[in-house]
Amino acid sequence: MRAPLGTTGLILNEPLLWERGRPGRRGASLPAADVPPSPMDPELCGDGPDFPDLSEVDLVRHFTRLSTWNYGVDTGFYPLGSCTMKYNPKTHERQAALKGFAAAHPLLPAPLCQGALQLIWELERDLAAITGMDAVSLQPAAGAHGELTGMLVIHAHHQHQGHQRSKIIIPDTAHGTNPASAALCGYRPVAVASGPEGVLEPSAIAAVMDEETAGIMVTNPNTLGLFETHIREIAAIVHDKGGLVYADGANLNAVMGIVDMGAIGVDVIHLNLHKTFATPHGGGGPGSGPICVRRRLEPYLPVPRVAKAGERFHLEADRPLSIGRMGAFHGHFGVMVKAYSYIRSMGADGLRRASELAVLNANYVKERLKKDFHLAYDRPCMHECVFSDADQAPFKVTTLDMAKRLMDYGFHPPTIYFPLVVHGAIMIEPTETESKADLDCFVAAMQAIAEEARTEPETVHSAPHRTKVRRLDEVLAARKPCLIG
Amino acid sequence: MRYLPHTPEEIQEMLGVVGVESLDQLFLSIPPSCRRQSDLNLPEALSEWALDERMDRLAARTAVAPEVKVFLGAGSYDHFIPAAVDALAGRSEFLTAYTPYQPEISQGTLQAIYEYQTLACHLMGTEVATASHYDGATALAEALLMAIRKTDRRRVAVSRLIHPHYRQVVATYLHPAGYEIVELPYRSDGTTDLSAVAGEGDLAAVALQSPNFFGCIEDLAAGAATAHGVGAMLVAGFTEALAYGLLKSPASQGAEIVAGEGQSLGLARSFGGPGLGMLGTRQVHMRSLPGRLVGKTVDQEGRQGFVLTLATREQHIRRERATSNICTNNSHCALRAVMYMAALGKTGFRELAVLNHDKAAYLKQALAAAGHRIPFSRATFNEFVVDFGASFEPVYRRLQEAGIVAGLPLARYYPELEGGYLLCATETASRQDLDRLVKEVSR
Amino acid sequence: MKEIDALNLPEDVRYAEDHEWLRPSEDAARIGISDYAQDQLGDIVYVELPAVGRRLTKGEEFGTVESVKAVSSLYMPVGGEVTAVNEQLAEAPELVNTDPYGQGWMIEVKVTDVAEVAALMDRAAYLKALGG
Repeated sequence: MRAPLGTTGLILNEPLLWERGRPGRRGASLPAADVPPSPMDPELCGDGPDFPDLSEVDLVRHFTRLSTWNYGVDTGFYPLGSCTMKYNPKTHERQAALKGFAAAHPLLPAPLCQGALQLIWELERDLAAITGMDAVSLQPAAGAHGELTGMLVIHAHHQHQGHQRSKIIIPDTAHGTNPASAALCGYRPVAVASGPEGVLEPSAIAAVMDEETAGIMVTNPNTLGLFETHIREIAAIVHDKGGLVYADGANLNAVMGIVDMGAIGVDVIHLNLHKTFATPHGGGGPGSGPICVRRRLEPYLPVPRVAKAGERFHLEADRPLSIGRMGAFHGHFGVMVKAYSYIRSMGADGLRRASELAVLNANYVKERLKKDFHLAYDRPCMHECVFSDADQAPFKVTTLDMAKRLMDYGFHPPTIYFPLVVHGAIMIEPTETESKADLDCFVAAMQAIAEEARTEPETVHSAPHRTKVRRLDEVLAARKPCLIG
Repeated sequence: MRYLPHTPEEIQEMLGVVGVESLDQLFLSIPPSCRRQSDLNLPEALSEWALDERMDRLAARTAVAPEVKVFLGAGSYDHFIPAAVDALAGRSEFLTAYTPYQPEISQGTLQAIYEYQTLACHLMGTEVATASHYDGATALAEALLMAIRKTDRRRVAVSRLIHPHYRQVVATYLHPAGYEIVELPYRSDGTTDLSAVAGEGDLAAVALQSPNFFGCIEDLAAGAATAHGVGAMLVAGFTEALAYGLLKSPASQGAEIVAGEGQSLGLARSFGGPGLGMLGTRQVHMRSLPGRLVGKTVDQEGRQGFVLTLATREQHIRRERATSNICTNNSHCALRAVMYMAALGKTGFRELAVLNHDKAAYLKQALAAAGHRIPFSRATFNEFVVDFGASFEPVYRRLQEAGIVAGLPLARYYPELEGGYLLCATETASRQDLDRLVKEVSR
Repeated sequence: MKEIDALNLPEDVRYAEDHEWLRPSEDAARIGISDYAQDQLGDIVYVELPAVGRRLTKGEEFGTVESVKAVSSLYMPVGGEVTAVNEQLAEAPELVNTDPYGQGWMIEVKVTDVAEVAALMDRAAYLKALGG
């Protein structure tokens, strides 16, 4: 085995931004004033914001040092379940920075922005092909925003049918955004428990589905990493009562080229371009959360829509059934350029192969670790697997302790304490871009931690030991919030 | 494929550990009726250089400077971005990190966002600011929902001079839950007519934008007094953050909630997104804020550090009772913004704001001198409305073909302003560009 | 987490099933949460309390209590009008952890129906309900 990744290195301290610099320094140059000054009414003027004055060197050192305190996908393995932290190709940054994309004004007359409109139009069609749906809107800015957009589409559909509904079915494995998005549409969530196999039972859905229920929100594959095997039957039950099936596509990375979402009864699905389509997470955004719908829901999609007449593209805003606008302009176009680059680089075979290898990697890790950690559901998984800390409980070592200890070994921890249905959950999503050698390294670290939990639990309790800061006082942060300096 | 590291031998070895014979067998848990019957219908995969070629060709079909002179603002502004901002923001430790849920290995993002929150407060005059939202439009919608929660009222008054797209987003967010929007008209000087507010008894908020969509600077203090007179909050919006290098901050004039777009702060226009939704308020309303917040704390050895905090407001804990369904921010955009604000500094930001005002004022005066009517008398920042007359459209088209976009036609948003165009001039427009525009539209 | 026999369960208060306590009094019965409840919640970071003057019925939510990663609702053990709230908790929510029956009290109410007080559990009944 290779030497362990985690080590100590020289980490430089760096003060807060405003503790650097001196008034009068300048980190950017301004163009010369080639027009006469035109004084503004002093009544309207303020003093200007109190920003620190830094030189360009101050600025560069400050943020370079800060960056070294971060762990990114480029640093190492990032097995965050449900987040699909795959490698973000470098070519994406080149494409998004092309002047014709980066400097394009969103309100350019259509003849002057044919390239941008064509890219949106083609990406919509690519995503429709990948999901098996009929129409796509790229306007939503993030997964949760796509989910809200999808719920608004369902709301508009029922409104148009002449009878608004009051409830929506949400399984207990759902992401927390599901109930929050439903609430914005005035829908009351109806919780349904998954069955003993970790998947939804049609009988449980039939028991609660009625004509006051707008539909169901399902994540498939679900947050336990399992495929909802009864999805077609469940969709039929929901459709029978006039409801719609909303799918959270957070886990699409498991089934590209394998499952046709349209064919299994899904009416609306949102995707996360920052997960499945390899655009960088940026420390928490910007993402992009397009929604894909069946033909009959297309009239409700947000405006404007990109349309094609002959070889020319234009924007269409006059769509009376549309839910309206979800953002100031066309969505996160800069992110779309990257996802488009990814899809065109991978092609149909590459995307399918990505899903196959993502599932292979997850099953490999599951098999290698199931002797050392308790497996919540010992079934073949999709692209992620869920362990728990049950085997470490006798030594009073928790999931949090082990997650922190993983940092000392040079890995980002998995998703922890989610899904809520598994007590002390450890949710591992390796993604397809990790090699067997890197997975073996991670497995060895996890096994070493399991051993430490038995033999020296204090080392695990007090982890991490090698990071820039140790465990932080989150209670203090919440009791006495200090949000600005 | 260069992103997939597995060799055929490794795949076989791993399949052996899993206990299946082929990759296809990994999917046996998916019922056959749910499986795709055919391959994905996508164009053939491109090599890296073939991709470059394709993208270069697409990008070339969009009009940008210097070939085309674009005098458009209206929520997306052309400002110079220092190379240092691109280089620093492009560092992959920032770019390829997830949300900083594990603070011990995310201090870079966390400290930078704390610094962003601080400078954002200086800009808006607020006591707290969130770690950012998707864009100015969604930030405004979230601000109005926040006012609705705080006041327990169901109606909001929204100025007609708020960016028309922002008003559409507000309507999309507010209508399904049954909240009512009252539209406030505008006066002949180009500012909002507040006289209807006094007669509205149960408003949660009055929303103004300053500079407004016509570029005119609103009297926010009067807006605050009027709103407070009926027990409503003043929500102040903006699309051009740079204006506050020169103008009094919104919160200092009495706005309880400030919500706007920060694209001007070092973000490329990028055909409209990603942008930066900025949202701030007073300390007392902190726990009603939607979205993510970073706070300062200490580690177990007493060293300063930063964490995501007040998470109990958020969807993953409070679920359907959360302050919003939002579960990300536009973190990387906020990072660029703090770098940009720091690069300019107090001194540079002020100078840049003054320069923007001077350029637009020069253009406005030159157009007026050439005989064009400036319909609104109120002071403006870096954009303004000019009346080119109802017969201008053919000229506009001719200029478009000649590589000049002579502003935004307003009639599509304000039918009563046929012949009205919204023009923007920033520091990137040279005097020569401005003179040429005046000459071309006056021919 | 404390063992059940280590819990502080005073005799002078009555207990509700949702782990609130009430100290009976003619005009101003104080209400808070039990040692068991604060121990389960962990470090309390924020307490949201109702406006003085609000009338609430038995079982109605009167506020929320937050730890770093959880929010719990607080329910009225009896119906009544809120006559005072513990302002100190705004600055020092940790009092609910350190002194749940003393300085960590939450609201004072004028009880609507004294029969509802009588229906609450005494120490022995509450202890039994906790499985001790």
